[in-house]
Amino acid sequence: MALLEAHRLHKRFGDRVVLETIDLAFEEGRLSGIIGPNGAGKTTCFHVLTGRYRPDGGRIMLDGRDITGLTPRAIARMGISRSFQLMNLFDDFSALENVALAVPERRRQGFHMLRDARQDSSVADKAAAVLARVGLAGKERELARNLSYGDRRALEICMALAAEPRILFLDEPTSGLGTEATARLADLVRRLKQEVTLVIIEHNMRFLFDLADTVAVIQWGQVIARGTPETLRADKWVKASNFGMLA
Amino acid sequence: MRTAPGVIARLRGWITEPMLVAFAVFGSVPFWINQVGLYPYLGVEVLVFCIFALGFNVLFGHTGLPSFGHGAFFGIGAYAMGLTQFHLAPNLWLGLLAATLVAAAFGAAVACFISHRRGIYFALMTIAFSQLFFFIASKWTSVTGGEDGLINIRRLPADFGIVSFPLRTNPALYWFAFACFAVIVVLLWRLANSPFGRVLQAIKQNEERVAFLGYNVWLYKWLSFVLSCAVTGFAGGIFAMGQGGAFVQVMSLQWSGVVVLMVLIGGGLVSFWGPVIGTVIYFIARDLLGAYTETWLLWFGLMFMLMVMFKPEGAAGLWTELRRRTRAVRARIPAAGFRTGGPVGT
Repeated sequence: MALLEAHRLHKRFGDRVVLETIDLAFEEGRLSGIIGPNGAGKTTCFHVLTGRYRPDGGRIMLDGRDITGLTPRAIARMGISRSFQLMNLFDDFSALENVALAVPERRRQGFHMLRDARQDSSVADKAAAVLARVGLAGKERELARNLSYGDRRALEICMALAAEPRILFLDEPTSGLGTEATARLADLVRRLKQEVTLVIIEHNMRFLFDLADTVAVIQWGQVIARGTPETLRADKWVKASNFGMLA
Repeated sequence: MRTAPGVIARLRGWITEPMLVAFAVFGSVPFWINQVGLYPYLGVEVLVFCIFALGFNVLFGHTGLPSFGHGAFFGIGAYAMGLTQFHLAPNLWLGLLAATLVAAAFGAAVACFISHRRGIYFALMTIAFSQLFFFIASKWTSVTGGEDGLINIRRLPADFGIVSFPLRTNPALYWFAFACFAVIVVLLWRLANSPFGRVLQAIKQNEERVAFLGYNVWLYKWLSFVLSCAVTGFAGGIFAMGQGGAFVQVMSLQWSGVVVLMVLIGGGLVSFWGPVIGTVIYFIARDLLGAYTETWLLWFGLMFMLMVMFKPEGAAGLWTELRRRTRAVRARIPAAGFRTGGPVGT
């Protein structure tokens, strides 16, 4: 059984059907990719899986447990963490404070009103360690707003990672990155792949096909193909939609 | 065994240098306020409104939730102080406890209806509830005294069992208000820098992301509202003693607006000290500018408009900017790209 499964997932906004009975399965310890053109429904699919949108139909199962329609908070507490395509950071906080908020220990202390958060070395150490993992060591005290675009992308991922998730969703992590930064991100994702189950939405086919174990292709709100990168390169639907050429 | 540096470090987590400066300034007021042509009761008013503004800023500056109806909770605290004196027991501590808890209870009820909102919808709901409380207070004459208010609220002594301090004179009430102010400042500073305070500041910046990190945003907003109302009610309790009564006017939209002005002018959105600075500016404007012209509020309003247009971070933001520029000049580094502004816990 897959760690996370979506059965006949359906989502519409008014008259517009964005997800049309989608079935997806994400195996534990693997990197699964979702590709598709703009407007195919990829990000909506992420939003539904992580609780931002409630599906109009279908079920989402995490490790056999039905999590359909749960709030983002409840889903996050069950071990699903995500990054955002449009960066969603706490700009007035330092990089360390951004990550510290995501550390589960800090979340458990969230209602402590008279404890000094600045002197909590345990949370700070954990946050610093995660920052180092994504290559942001030495930038702990920098305000998030002052970080470079690439570092902000890394911080986005870092926050999702600091939550110690069972499954980590990355929404277009290479968006806006140059060649060098994308290569560094690929190295990071390769390392993360050893530690956590990953699901990545991407436009950058080369990036995704180099890293993913399996890929689902979404077009017109439907999964039109799925399989390993090798099988997809030969798939007639993928070829017809130009993904094969890019890959 | 704790070492001296360890103790100092722990103490610095509670008491900071700006706090000592603020305490020194407010602590010196009784020694010079008459000499400069002002009067001790003005000091009481300033301190009471500092507490009010600090409480309001838990919601506004820390959590980013704009309330335009906080005067209602200030008034509720004042009425609770009076009603406790008249109908329960004439005890200062009981009165202040009632002012705090009753305002918190009303705040808790209101927050149940609005904690899922933010921005303009949140603000409008606070106005609606404050108007509701205002009209109840003005019409429920048998309890609140209606338009005449609750009069003859006494300044009860601060009784500590073995020693009791009478608060009948304005200087005595000032020292009492000063002690309350000091305690509130230390506690709210600690709150701002606690894990809870950090979550509130995160909600202000990006509510959605906080939810995706697994926090119960609704509950944090609810608690922020309740705490804010509790401190506001406490301030209302002292105000009732200062005024010798509880009056419905303080629950009006105008008074709710005044505290927003104070906090914004002072820079409550970017600094813990913004509400204190703003309150002092407001009362200086009222009493000094007011001595020269009856239209002082017009000039104060103009100052507010200029501040919003050119320095929305308020006086505290202006101070931070000046310090940043001074440091930049000293260090001979370009000012651009360097920013010290941060959350209100700074």
